Amino acid sequence: MKNSFASFFAIGALLPALFLIFGQTHGGYHVGDTVADFTLKSTSGNYVSLSDYKDAKGYIVTFTCNHCPYAIMYEDRFVELHNKYAPMGYPVIAINPNDPAVKPEDSFDNMAVRAAEKSFPFVYLFDDQQKLFPVFGATKTPHIYLLDGDMKVRYIGALDDSPKDPDAVEVKYVENAIAAIEAGEKIDPETTKAIGCSIKVADK
Amino acid sequence: MLKFLLIISFFQILSHTLHSQNWTEKNIAVFDEFKDFEFLLEGKNDTTYIVNFWATWCGPCVKELPYFEELHSTYKEPIIILLVSLDFKKHLDKKVVPFLNKHNIQSDVVLLEDGRANDWIDKVDPSWSGAIPITMIYKDGEKKFFEQEFHSTEELIEAIGSVK
Repeated sequence: MKNSFASFFAIGALLPALFLIFGQTHGGYHVGDTVADFTLKSTSGNYVSLSDYKDAKGYIVTFTCNHCPYAIMYEDRFVELHNKYAPMGYPVIAINPNDPAVKPEDSFDNMAVRAAEKSFPFVYLFDDQQKLFPVFGATKTPHIYLLDGDMKVRYIGALDDSPKDPDAVEVKYVENAIAAIEAGEKIDPETTKAIGCSIKVADK
Repeated sequence: MLKFLLIISFFQILSHTLHSQNWTEKNIAVFDEFKDFEFLLEGKNDTTYIVNFWATWCGPCVKELPYFEELHSTYKEPIIILLVSLDFKKHLDKKVVPFLNKHNIQSDVVLLEDGRANDWIDKVDPSWSGAIPITMIYKDGEKKFFEQEFHSTEELIEAIGSVK
């Protein structure tokens, strides 16, 4: 069982990686795609997969990191989001996609420090060898993929419409999307864009 | 006494012109709304125009800035370079201005504060993901968008050449 996951994952990683190598940045999952499960190491030392969440009604996959000011501005909001929605069945699953060789602040050890400092209630996973983020097609931090209970992508983009000022938030994209999933309604918008830091990959 | 004062002021003026532009928050236009900034994203007749989105907190952005700066001395034709900072307005004084002075930036600089990026990212370019740095090159009535980091002045000049 694990082997087929692994080979499916490997194939899933290869194709988008080829897209990236040839300069196209539109590979990865789109709304409506079903996400292949993955296993990554968390700052607690455990390995975590989406399927570990037996009662999940959805997953808030959140590419984020230590160093990026835009990610940092959202940290408290990610904590609030998890605290509100994990009990409802929608855990935040934070993933650091950066190469620590390029950004030492984003090393696994520093991730553990940040998780402890801010008492992250969610898992903070390390995309070791940066194989997962190209599969998703994540382009920056932060970058959120909201999945439903069938691991289908339902929303991609920003948490809300005001990164710099939490008090000026007018639209909570992810929360609205979760409410729509719960009510069986259409999600609108299904994708949004936001400023963020590019994902750090070593120059070849 | 008067002669002494004249000499002092002469050297002050001279040193001011010998040193490049001294940045203060007064020479950086700040746009709170994208709609007021948008006019800067139009090509110029007869002049190659480059617009680069960056921030002092963006590593790859800072790393490539010298290549843009070098164009002022190495690019043979008229060129205007606009560096659009996405730094936070509140950091203008403490971060942006010192950065510009430290790196002796010759290009024009403005700051775009508009936080509702989902409303305007596509207006800059529909293919832009929102990550920086990005560069727009306007030449001979054409425009080309680059979501990438430049690694040398040669690479930049090549990019300019590719705009047809």
